[in-house]
Amino acid sequence: MDLTSAPIPPLVPDDHVRGEGEGLIVYADLGCPRCAAAWAELAARPAAIAFRHFPLASKHPRAPALHAAAEAAGRQGAFFEMVDSLYAERGRVDDPHLWERAERFGLDLERFERDRRTEEVDARVRRDLESGLRGGVTGTPAVFSEPHPG
Amino acid sequence: MIEIGTPAPDFTLRDQDGEEVSLSGYRGSKVLLVFYPMDFSPVCSDQLSIYQEVTPQLTEKGVELVGISVDHVYAHKAFQEKLGIETTLLADFEPKGEVARAYGSYLDLGFANRTLVLVDEDGKVVWTYESPNPGEFPGANVIFDALTGVAA
Repeated sequence: MDLTSAPIPPLVPDDHVRGEGEGLIVYADLGCPRCAAAWAELAARPAAIAFRHFPLASKHPRAPALHAAAEAAGRQGAFFEMVDSLYAERGRVDDPHLWERAERFGLDLERFERDRRTEEVDARVRRDLESGLRGGVTGTPAVFSEPHPG
Repeated sequence: MIEIGTPAPDFTLRDQDGEEVSLSGYRGSKVLLVFYPMDFSPVCSDQLSIYQEVTPQLTEKGVELVGISVDHVYAHKAFQEKLGIETTLLADFEPKGEVARAYGSYLDLGFANRTLVLVDEDGKVVWTYESPNPGEFPGANVIFDALTGVAA
Protein backbone atom coordinates (compact mmCIF):
# COMPACT_ATOMS: atom_id res chain seq x y z
CA MET A 1 0.00 0.00 0.00
CA ASP A 2 1.51 3.33 -1.05
CA LEU A 3 0.52 5.87 1.55
CA THR A 4 2.44 8.91 0.33
CA SER A 5 0.46 12.09 -0.29
CA ALA A 6 -1.92 12.14 -3.23
CA PRO A 7 -4.87 14.41 -3.99
CA ILE A 8 -8.36 13.17 -3.12
CA PRO A 9 -9.39 11.27 -6.26
CA PRO A 10 -12.25 12.59 -8.40
CA LEU A 11 -15.44 10.53 -8.53
CA VAL A 12 -15.34 7.21 -10.35
CA PRO A 13 -18.32 5.16 -11.57
CA ASP A 14 -18.47 2.89 -8.53
CA ASP A 15 -18.42 5.73 -5.99
CA HIS A 16 -21.65 5.90 -3.97
CA VAL A 17 -23.35 9.21 -4.73
CA ARG A 18 -26.75 10.48 -3.63
CA GLY A 19 -28.46 13.76 -4.35
CA GLU A 20 -27.95 16.55 -6.82
CA GLY A 21 -26.15 19.83 -6.76
CA GLU A 22 -22.79 20.82 -5.37
CA GLY A 23 -20.55 17.76 -5.30
CA LEU A 24 -19.19 16.78 -1.90
CA ILE A 25 -17.08 13.77 -0.96
CA VAL A 26 -17.38 12.56 2.61
CA TYR A 27 -14.92 10.15 4.20
CA ALA A 28 -16.88 8.61 7.05
CA ASP A 29 -16.61 5.86 9.64
CA LEU A 30 -19.82 3.91 10.25
CA GLY A 31 -18.77 3.38 13.86
CA CYS A 32 -18.15 7.05 14.58
CA PRO A 33 -20.68 9.11 16.55
CA ARG A 34 -19.51 12.39 15.02
CA CYS A 35 -20.18 10.96 11.58
CA ALA A 36 -23.65 9.83 12.62
CA ALA A 37 -24.49 13.36 13.72
CA ALA A 38 -22.95 14.92 10.62
CA TRP A 39 -24.66 12.45 8.28
CA ALA A 40 -28.12 13.59 9.24
CA GLU A 41 -27.14 17.17 8.53
CA LEU A 42 -25.36 16.35 5.26
CA ALA A 43 -28.23 14.22 4.00
CA ALA A 44 -30.52 17.23 4.31
CA ARG A 45 -28.32 19.45 2.15
CA PRO A 46 -29.08 20.14 -1.51
CA ALA A 47 -25.84 18.51 -2.62
CA ALA A 48 -24.57 15.42 -4.38
CA ILE A 49 -22.92 13.54 -1.54
CA ALA A 50 -20.39 10.80 -2.26
CA PHE A 51 -19.78 8.44 0.66
CA ARG A 52 -16.29 7.00 0.94
CA HIS A 53 -15.33 4.36 3.49
CA PHE A 54 -13.00 5.33 6.32
CA PRO A 55 -13.27 2.73 9.08
CA LEU A 56 -10.79 3.14 11.94
CA ALA A 57 -10.81 -0.45 13.14
CA SER A 58 -8.82 0.08 16.34
CA LYS A 59 -11.19 2.79 17.53
CA HIS A 60 -14.39 1.18 16.24
CA PRO A 61 -13.87 -2.58 16.02
CA ARG A 62 -17.29 -3.19 14.51
CA ALA A 63 -16.79 -0.58 11.77
CA PRO A 64 -15.09 -2.73 9.11
CA ALA A 65 -17.97 -5.22 9.24
CA LEU A 66 -20.49 -2.37 8.89
CA HIS A 67 -18.68 -0.93 5.89
CA ALA A 68 -18.62 -4.39 4.30
CA ALA A 69 -22.34 -4.70 5.01
CA ALA A 70 -23.01 -1.34 3.34
CA GLU A 71 -20.99 -2.38 0.27
CA ALA A 72 -22.82 -5.69 0.10
CA ALA A 73 -26.17 -3.93 0.38
CA GLY A 74 -24.96 -1.58 -2.34
CA ARG A 75 -24.44 -4.51 -4.67
CA GLN A 76 -28.18 -5.04 -4.42
CA GLY A 77 -29.03 -1.38 -4.78
CA ALA A 78 -29.49 -0.50 -1.10
CA PHE A 79 -26.24 1.25 -0.19
CA PHE A 80 -27.66 4.48 1.21
CA GLU A 81 -30.60 2.74 2.89
CA MET A 82 -28.05 0.69 4.79
CA VAL A 83 -25.82 3.67 5.63
CA ASP A 84 -28.78 5.79 6.77
CA SER A 85 -30.02 2.97 8.95
CA LEU A 86 -26.62 2.14 10.45
CA TYR A 87 -26.18 5.76 11.50
CA ALA A 88 -29.76 6.12 12.70
CA GLU A 89 -29.63 3.04 14.93
CA ARG A 90 -26.05 2.81 16.12
CA GLY A 91 -26.92 0.46 18.93
CA ARG A 92 -28.30 -2.18 16.57
CA VAL A 93 -25.31 -3.33 14.55
CA ASP A 94 -24.83 -6.98 15.42
CA ASP A 95 -25.36 -9.61 12.75
CA PRO A 96 -29.05 -10.23 13.58
CA HIS A 97 -29.66 -6.49 13.19
CA LEU A 98 -27.90 -6.52 9.82
CA TRP A 99 -30.06 -9.46 8.71
CA GLU A 100 -33.18 -7.65 9.82
CA ARG A 101 -32.13 -4.62 7.79
CA ALA A 102 -31.34 -6.77 4.74
CA GLU A 103 -34.81 -8.23 4.91
CA ARG A 104 -36.38 -4.84 5.45
CA PHE A 105 -34.64 -3.54 2.33
CA GLY A 106 -35.80 -6.54 0.32
CA LEU A 107 -32.32 -7.97 -0.21
CA ASP A 108 -31.41 -11.55 -1.02
CA LEU A 109 -30.09 -12.42 2.43
CA GLU A 110 -27.85 -15.29 1.34
CA ARG A 111 -26.22 -13.13 -1.28
CA PHE A 112 -25.82 -10.27 1.21
CA GLU A 113 -24.14 -12.62 3.68
CA ARG A 114 -21.84 -13.96 0.99
CA ASP A 115 -20.96 -10.61 -0.55
CA ARG A 116 -20.05 -8.87 2.69
CA ARG A 117 -17.35 -11.45 3.35
CA THR A 118 -15.65 -11.31 -0.04
CA GLU A 119 -12.13 -10.14 -0.74
CA GLU A 120 -13.63 -7.88 -3.40
CA VAL A 121 -15.78 -5.97 -0.91
CA ASP A 122 -12.87 -5.73 1.52
CA ALA A 123 -10.67 -4.32 -1.26
CA ARG A 124 -13.34 -1.81 -2.22
CA VAL A 125 -13.53 -0.50 1.35
CA ARG A 126 -9.75 -0.43 1.67
CA ARG A 127 -9.49 1.52 -1.58
CA ASP A 128 -11.41 4.42 -0.04
CA LEU A 129 -9.51 4.18 3.24
CA GLU A 130 -6.23 4.36 1.35
CA SER A 131 -7.31 7.34 -0.77
CA GLY A 132 -8.39 9.14 2.38
CA LEU A 133 -5.11 8.46 4.18
CA ARG A 134 -3.15 9.62 1.13
CA GLY A 135 -5.33 12.70 0.86
CA GLY A 136 -4.52 13.70 4.43
CA VAL A 137 -7.72 12.73 6.21
CA THR A 138 -7.00 13.08 9.94
CA GLY A 139 -10.45 12.52 11.39
CA THR A 140 -13.99 11.73 10.43
CA PRO A 141 -16.14 12.95 8.96
CA ALA A 142 -13.83 14.56 6.40
CA VAL A 143 -15.68 16.55 3.76
CA PHE A 144 -14.13 17.63 0.47
CA SER A 145 -15.47 19.48 -2.52
CA GLU A 146 -15.61 17.14 -5.46
CA PRO A 147 -12.31 17.51 -7.28
CA HIS A 148 -12.41 17.75 -11.04
CA PRO A 149 -9.89 15.90 -13.16
CA GLY A 150 -7.37 17.88 -15.16
CA MET B 1 12.35 21.80 17.34
CA ILE B 2 15.47 19.72 17.40
CA GLU B 3 17.64 20.13 14.30
CA ILE B 4 17.91 17.50 11.62
CA GLY B 5 21.27 15.78 11.73
CA THR B 6 21.51 16.02 15.53
CA PRO B 7 22.02 12.82 17.48
CA ALA B 8 18.64 12.05 19.04
CA PRO B 9 18.91 12.63 22.81
CA ASP B 10 18.66 9.29 24.55
CA PHE B 11 16.03 8.83 27.23
CA THR B 12 14.51 6.18 29.45
CA LEU B 13 10.80 6.46 30.19
CA ARG B 14 8.20 4.05 31.51
CA ASP B 15 5.58 2.70 29.12
CA GLN B 16 1.89 1.96 29.74
CA ASP B 17 2.81 -1.29 31.52
CA GLY B 18 5.38 0.41 33.73
CA GLU B 19 8.29 -1.09 31.81
CA GLU B 20 11.35 1.05 31.18
CA VAL B 21 11.95 1.87 27.53
CA SER B 22 15.09 3.57 26.24
CA LEU B 23 15.51 5.18 22.85
CA SER B 24 18.90 3.50 22.53
CA GLY B 25 17.10 0.17 22.78
CA TYR B 26 15.68 0.85 19.33
CA ARG B 27 19.11 1.25 17.72
CA GLY B 28 19.14 -0.59 14.41
CA SER B 29 15.54 0.35 13.69
CA LYS B 30 13.96 3.61 12.63
CA VAL B 31 11.82 5.17 15.35
CA LEU B 32 9.05 7.69 14.90
CA LEU B 33 8.52 9.66 18.10
CA VAL B 34 5.00 11.01 18.26
CA PHE B 35 4.79 13.78 20.84
CA TYR B 36 1.23 14.71 21.74
CA PRO B 37 -0.39 16.91 24.39
CA MET B 38 -2.49 14.61 26.55
CA ASP B 39 -4.33 11.34 26.73
CA PHE B 40 -8.12 11.73 26.55
CA SER B 41 -7.91 15.35 25.41
CA PRO B 42 -11.29 16.86 24.54
CA VAL B 43 -10.01 17.70 21.07
CA CYS B 44 -11.60 14.97 19.03
CA SER B 45 -8.36 13.57 17.71
CA ASP B 46 -7.91 10.39 15.77
CA GLN B 47 -4.15 10.78 15.55
CA LEU B 48 -3.08 7.58 17.28
CA SER B 49 -6.00 5.64 15.78
CA ILE B 50 -4.95 6.69 12.29
CA TYR B 51 -1.32 5.78 12.94
CA GLN B 52 -2.45 2.43 14.36
CA GLU B 53 -4.27 1.78 11.09
CA VAL B 54 -0.99 2.14 9.14
CA THR B 55 1.28 0.39 11.66
CA PRO B 56 1.66 -2.70 9.41
CA GLN B 57 2.92 -0.45 6.61
CA LEU B 58 5.27 1.32 9.02
CA THR B 59 6.61 -2.00 10.26
CA GLU B 60 7.23 -3.02 6.65
CA LYS B 61 9.43 0.06 6.34
CA GLY B 62 11.33 -0.78 9.50
CA VAL B 63 9.76 1.97 11.59
CA GLU B 64 8.77 1.60 15.23
CA LEU B 65 6.10 3.98 16.45
CA VAL B 66 6.32 5.45 19.97
CA GLY B 67 3.88 7.92 21.52
CA ILE B 68 5.07 10.33 24.23
CA SER B 69 3.06 12.66 26.44
CA VAL B 70 3.36 14.01 29.98
CA ASP B 71 0.68 11.61 31.25
CA HIS B 72 1.46 8.95 33.82
CA VAL B 73 1.65 5.24 32.95
CA TYR B 74 -1.82 4.51 34.35
CA ALA B 75 -3.42 7.11 32.08
CA HIS B 76 -1.45 5.65 29.15
CA LYS B 77 -2.73 2.16 29.91
CA ALA B 78 -6.33 3.32 30.03
CA PHE B 79 -5.90 5.44 26.91
CA GLN B 80 -4.33 2.57 24.99
CA GLU B 81 -7.22 0.32 25.95
CA LYS B 82 -9.85 2.93 25.16
CA LEU B 83 -8.43 3.52 21.71
CA GLY B 84 -7.76 -0.13 21.07
CA ILE B 85 -4.21 0.63 19.98
CA GLU B 86 -1.00 -1.31 20.48
CA THR B 87 1.36 1.63 20.11
CA THR B 88 3.82 1.96 22.98
CA LEU B 89 2.99 5.09 24.99
CA LEU B 90 5.75 6.57 27.14
CA ALA B 91 5.25 8.70 30.25
CA ASP B 92 7.29 11.90 30.07
CA PHE B 93 6.04 12.44 33.56
CA GLU B 94 8.90 13.15 35.96
CA PRO B 95 10.64 15.49 35.47
CA LYS B 96 7.58 16.70 33.60
CA GLY B 97 8.15 17.11 29.90
CA GLU B 98 11.92 16.63 30.15
CA VAL B 99 12.12 14.54 26.98
CA ALA B 100 9.71 16.82 25.10
CA ARG B 101 11.96 19.73 26.13
CA ALA B 102 15.06 17.93 24.86
CA TYR B 103 13.39 17.60 21.46
CA GLY B 104 12.06 21.16 21.40
CA SER B 105 8.45 20.00 21.59
CA TYR B 106 7.43 21.32 24.99
CA LEU B 107 4.94 24.14 25.27
CA ASP B 108 4.74 26.57 28.20
CA LEU B 109 1.15 25.37 28.58
CA GLY B 110 2.56 22.32 30.35
CA PHE B 111 2.45 19.68 27.65
CA ALA B 112 4.02 18.78 24.34
CA ASN B 113 2.89 20.14 21.02
CA ARG B 114 1.90 17.62 18.37
CA THR B 115 5.26 16.94 16.75
CA LEU B 116 6.91 14.04 14.98
CA VAL B 117 10.59 13.14 15.12
CA LEU B 118 12.02 10.43 12.89
CA VAL B 119 15.22 8.86 14.27
CA ASP B 120 17.26 6.64 11.96
CA GLU B 121 18.90 3.29 12.70
CA ASP B 122 22.03 5.05 13.97
CA GLY B 123 20.17 7.26 16.42
CA LYS B 124 20.24 10.44 14.33
CA VAL B 125 17.30 12.81 13.85
CA VAL B 126 16.52 12.71 10.11
CA TRP B 127 13.14 14.42 9.92
CA THR B 128 10.84 16.45 12.11
CA TYR B 129 7.35 17.86 11.83
CA GLU B 130 5.82 20.52 14.03
CA SER B 131 2.07 21.12 14.03
CA PRO B 132 1.03 24.78 13.81
CA ASN B 133 -0.95 24.21 17.00
CA PRO B 134 -1.78 21.32 19.36
CA GLY B 135 -5.22 20.97 17.79
CA GLU B 136 -3.85 19.82 14.43
CA PHE B 137 -1.82 16.77 13.58
CA PRO B 138 -0.13 15.40 10.45
CA GLY B 139 -1.92 12.67 8.56
CA ALA B 140 -0.41 9.29 7.77
CA ASN B 141 0.53 10.56 4.32
CA VAL B 142 2.96 13.08 5.83
CA ILE B 143 4.83 10.26 7.56
CA PHE B 144 5.09 8.19 4.39
CA ASP B 145 6.24 11.20 2.38
CA ALA B 146 9.02 11.65 4.91
CA LEU B 147 9.98 7.97 4.78
CA THR B 148 10.22 8.17 1.01
CA GLY B 149 12.41 11.22 1.39
CA VAL B 150 14.81 9.58 3.81
CA ALA B 151 14.81 6.14 2.18
CA ALA B 152 18.35 4.83 1.82
